[in-house]
Formats: sequence, structure tokens, C-alpha cells
Amino acid sequence: MKRQNDHFPTGDAFYSSLRKRYLTASIWQTAFFSALLIAIIGLTALLYNVADGAFGYVAYEYKKDPATFTSIPVNELTRDDLQAILKENLSSGAYKKLDNEQPMAERSQSDLYTLFLERLVQIDTQATWSMTDSIFHGGEIRAEVAKKYPNATLEFRSWLTPQFLTTPMSSKAEFAGVRTAVLGSLWLVGIAIMFALPVGVGAAVYLQEYAPKNWLTSIIQTNINNLAGVPSIVYGMLGLAVFVRTLEALTSGAAFGVTDSNGRTVLSAGLTMGILVLPLMIINAQEAIKAVPDSLRQAAYGVGATRLQTVWYHVLPNALPGILTGSILAISRTLGETAPLIVVGASTFITVDPESPFSKFTALPIQIYNWTTRPQPEFHSIAAGAIIVLLAMLLTLNATAILLRNRFQRRL
Amino acid sequence: MNQLDLRKKPRPGEALVQALLFLAGILSIFVTIAIVYELGKEAMLFFNDPDVTFAKFFSMTRWQPGIGQYGIIALVSATLVTSAIAILIALPLGLFSAIFLSEYASLRARSVLKPILEILAGIPTVVYGYFALLFVTPILKLFFSGDQLQSYNMLSAGLVMGIMILPLIASMSEDALSAVPRSLREGAYAMGATKLETSVQIVLPAALSGIGAAVIVGISRAVGETMIVAVAAGAGPNFSFNPLDAAETMTGHIARISGGDLSYNTIDYTSLFAIALMLFLVTLVLNLISQRVVNRFRERYE
Repeated sequence: MKRQNDHFPTGDAFYSSLRKRYLTASIWQTAFFSALLIAIIGLTALLYNVADGAFGYVAYEYKKDPATFTSIPVNELTRDDLQAILKENLSSGAYKKLDNEQPMAERSQSDLYTLFLERLVQIDTQATWSMTDSIFHGGEIRAEVAKKYPNATLEFRSWLTPQFLTTPMSSKAEFAGVRTAVLGSLWLVGIAIMFALPVGVGAAVYLQEYAPKNWLTSIIQTNINNLAGVPSIVYGMLGLAVFVRTLEALTSGAAFGVTDSNGRTVLSAGLTMGILVLPLMIINAQEAIKAVPDSLRQAAYGVGATRLQTVWYHVLPNALPGILTGSILAISRTLGETAPLIVVGASTFITVDPESPFSKFTALPIQIYNWTTRPQPEFHSIAAGAIIVLLAMLLTLNATAILLRNRFQRRL
Repeated sequence: MNQLDLRKKPRPGEALVQALLFLAGILSIFVTIAIVYELGKEAMLFFNDPDVTFAKFFSMTRWQPGIGQYGIIALVSATLVTSAIAILIALPLGLFSAIFLSEYASLRARSVLKPILEILAGIPTVVYGYFALLFVTPILKLFFSGDQLQSYNMLSAGLVMGIMILPLIASMSEDALSAVPRSLREGAYAMGATKLETSVQIVLPAALSGIGAAVIVGISRAVGETMIVAVAAGAGPNFSFNPLDAAETMTGHIARISGGDLSYNTIDYTSLFAIALMLFLVTLVLNLISQRVVNRFRERYE
């Protein structure tokens, strides 16, 4: 009897133990919630950190006074004035090179103005400040600049501008853009998806609709799950050994008459990415096919359809939204993955757009990595700008995926 | 006389498609074989070098294949330190988040909170690298005086990696917790247990194997993570277990060396494949264990 009383206290002892239990419960509930709160704080800090870097005060000096080139005030220069100034002051070789990239006569006023600043006046950034500092310590910054850099101009600058999207890489952070990187990323996505979508859906159809239940099938299934967990850098090593080195004749385009490249092309990288996202693609497509009700298949068989007809006309159309969602996830992965690209040899400094599968390339995450690891703070600012571009692309993709998923869920 | 022929007709088109689909299905096996073969081939070249011995590989404490130092421990130590910090952060936070989402949160709260975790999971790791180097390290500098904390350090890389793995552990653990049958919870409530007692003493033990699998996958992800450590942990092998030091992990080393001008058939090139093979085997074993654990757990409740 006594033993039982220990477990089930009565009277006051009962209420005091109950209070204690409730107290513990509420303390722990707070702890559980705090964990989520920390995750939210982490996400907020990350996004804030990126925005903080992408906007803020810059102090810069002109290496040469704009007045030495023209008597017209800088902000009143017209397109034709600028072209004339450039033609006059650039060496004829440099002018010709620019003209070859894009004819001078076709360039816009802002393009020419950028060239004017970049090539002739030559901006020299002295210091940069984060957004928070710029907003809350504006006075101190102005005082500091006046003292330390008497010739410098202080300007609140957004590093993310329309020009940032349309200009190629430059060795000066002030004039660098992500054009080549965005195009490289799009090439990668295109090649990866052209490989992974048909193969992935094919494998999923085989595993869900055709495969007999035997040891081979279960090995394939286990293997796919394992491949999904292989670190991305290992795929990079695979790509380096197979696509860049062994298949160099094909991936460099030498077999098709392209002469001036090696295996480190956008094709090699795209195929590496395709293999990397393949398991993800298969698993998602399998889930989508699994979700198609069996009654549809039986109805098709009932009216005499063959297996292929059933799959093609009934299973696949119904699994399509799910397959598309999976493809979008695969595209997001391709856009954000960095390590394999470093290994297969993305160029970090390249100013020409990728024009064929056999071009050298760079990609957005590669630029972010490259700019982040440079010591100069102005490169950190453009890295932040590039991160915003990347996150915006991913956000758009994922919003599409969520819309598709919601539609899909409503239908079945 | 107009008899229907019910015999199975040969359909060459169908057979062809089926063969193609089979090829697509079996391709993944070839990918695995290619990984093992290519990594193994180059790693063999590395170990066949007369200067390289297994004894040196596992006992030296410096890694610089160019000048005859082959101590993989110099890289493994950094991987261990960063992964350990990451798991120490991600396990409690991820598990607590999962318990809150699965046991406490209302439907409306879940619909707000879960997407936040999904966003965290979708951010590219290079962005986390930027965050570690330019946000977390400066903040850590406020807590450690002077030269104690190097500007590249394993601590900030590990902490940020923890935040990166958190959503993975949270969502896998939450799946495990929600798979525990309602009847178990109702039984506990009927005995007068509080929500906390039910969650921690009844639901959590029942979901333990699923949570274990989540942790193992988390470790495997931490070991294979490259960009955060490449940006924030340091650029040079360093045998050190002090998280305030700069050191290079296995993945970080591969990224740095292969990013430079690397010529084929050098010891630098083949040594990278030896590291990658080790990485592949470690993550493979971890993933296999976690799948085992998950499968066993599924059998019990479905």
C-alpha cells in the first residue's frame, strides 16, 4: 500500500506535484518554441546581412577629373558627346575592341557613361559602409570621409542596379555585373534538365509501372536513395574524371570542329549537374506516379489499352504537376549548387557570354563565392547584390512549385 | 468463321520503349559504378606512389602531398570539428522544433512556421558561407578578445552549418513524430499525463529510430558540405581541434585545390580523388545505416 502512495500522491501533495508538473511543462514548451524562434532569427539575420551588404554609403575618388575630358558638366553629357569623348581619349585599339563587342553607335547613353567612368575617369573606391551604418551613423560617416578622404565623393549606393544585371564581369567591383554568370547558370539549368528530366521520368516510370519485384529492382531503389545522399563535391570529382577528362573530345567540341577549348565547358558542367539532380528527379517523379489512383490504370486496361498506352495517356498526364514540381526543385538545386562547378572548372573571370555548349562559363554561385572570398569590401557588396539576384530567381521558382503543388492537391 | 485472335501479339514498339525505360532505370547503378571506379582508379594511383603508405596516410599530422606529407588526419580533424559543432547546434534545435511543430503547434501556426524552415532549407550553401564569413565571424569577434579567434575559423563555419542542417533534422524528426499512432498519445492522456510527459516519455521514444536516422543523415550532410567551410573555415590544412583556429576540411581542400590550375597525373590531382573516395565511403555508410534504421521503424508502425 505504501509503495502505491508514492506514485499517486493525494491531498496537498497531489496539488503541489501537479503544480510542479505544469511548471515543467510550460518551461519546456517555451524551450521547444524558442528552438523555432532561433531558426527564424537565423533566417532573418541571414537576409538582413545580405541586404545590409548590398546597399550603403560609398566614398570614391576620381583618378582623373572629368573636367579634363570635357567642358560640359558631367550630368549634361549627351550620348553623342560621350561617344566622341571615348573615341578621342581611348587608344584606337581599345576603342575598336569595345566596338567589336557591341557597336558603339548602338550603345545607350547610360552604357557609354559607364564606359566613360570606367575607362577614362576611373573611379577609385576608398571605403564602403553597410546599410545599417549608413542609416544610423550618416553624420559620423560624412565627418570621417571629410577628414580622411578630402577629395572623395560620398554617395548612398545600391549595388544592385539594372546595370548590374546587364554588364559582364569586370576587375573593378564598381562596374562588375552578373550578366555572364546569369547566362551561364541558365545554360547549366537547360543542359541539366534536358538530361535529367527524360531520364529521371523514364526511370521513375520503369520502377513504378514496369519493374518486377525482384532483387535488381530493390538494388536500383536503394542505390537511388543512396545517390541522393552523396555529397555534391563527389559528383564534381566524377564530372572532372568523366566529362572533363575522359570524354574531352566530345565535351570540348573537338569532335565537332571546335578548336579553342578544353573539357572545362558548360556542357561538362551541365551534364555533371544533370547526374547530380537525377536521383532527386527520380524520387519526385516516383512520388507523383505513385499518387495516381490505381482505378485509372485498371480502367485503361479494362478497355484494352496496352501498358504503354496506359502510362502515356493516363498515368503521365495525371502525374504531370508532380513531375513539374520535382523538375523545379531540381532546377533550384542546379542554380544554387557551387562545389561541383568549382571542381569541373568554372572560370571565375570571364567577360564573354556563353554561346554554345562548348563555351567556357561561369555561374551565379561561382561569382558569389569568388567575390565573397576577396579581401576588398566593395567585392563583398557586389557579392551581396549577386546573392539577392540568386535568391530572387529561387524564390520565383519555388513560388511556382508551391502554386503547382496546391493545384495538384486540390485535383486529386 | 470470324474468330477473334486472343493470342498475345508481339508489339515491337512497346518492347523498345520498355527497354529504354529499363536503361533509364539502371543508369543510376552505372552512376554509382562510375563514381567508385573513377575515384578508385585515381586513388589507386595515389596509393601506388612508392612514397605513399597507409601508415603515413593515417599517422602523419600534416597534409601536403607535393612535399611528401600525407597525413589525412590534418583534414579529417577539421571535418570532425565543424561537423560536431553543426550537430551540437542542429540536433537540439531541430528536435525541439520538430516536437513543437508536431505536438504543440496549431494548424495555423504550422502553416506559418513550416515554410520558414523550408526557406532555410532552400538557401544555397554559398549564401550561408557569405553569412558565416561576414556576419557570424564579426559577431564572434566581439566575444573573443584579440588573436584568440582567427578571422577564418571552424567555429563560425560549424555554427552556420548547424543552422543549415536544422531544417533537415527538424523535418525528418517531425515526420517520425507524426507517424506515431494517435492511440499512444490518447492512452497517455487518459492516464493523466501532461502534454510534455506524453511528448517526451511516450511519443519521443516511439519515434526514436526515425530521429536517429535524421541525425545520421544530418551528420552525413555536414561531412559532405563544402561551400560554408570553403568560405569561412580557412584555407590550409591544420591539425587542430580548437574551434577558434583556421583549418581546412576534406571538402574545402578539394574545392580549393581543384579551383586552381590543376594538371592531370600529378600527386595533387590523384590525392584529391583519395580524399573524395574516403568522403564517398563515409557518407555511403552513414546513409545506408540511416535507411536501415528508417525501414525498421516503418515496419513497426505501418
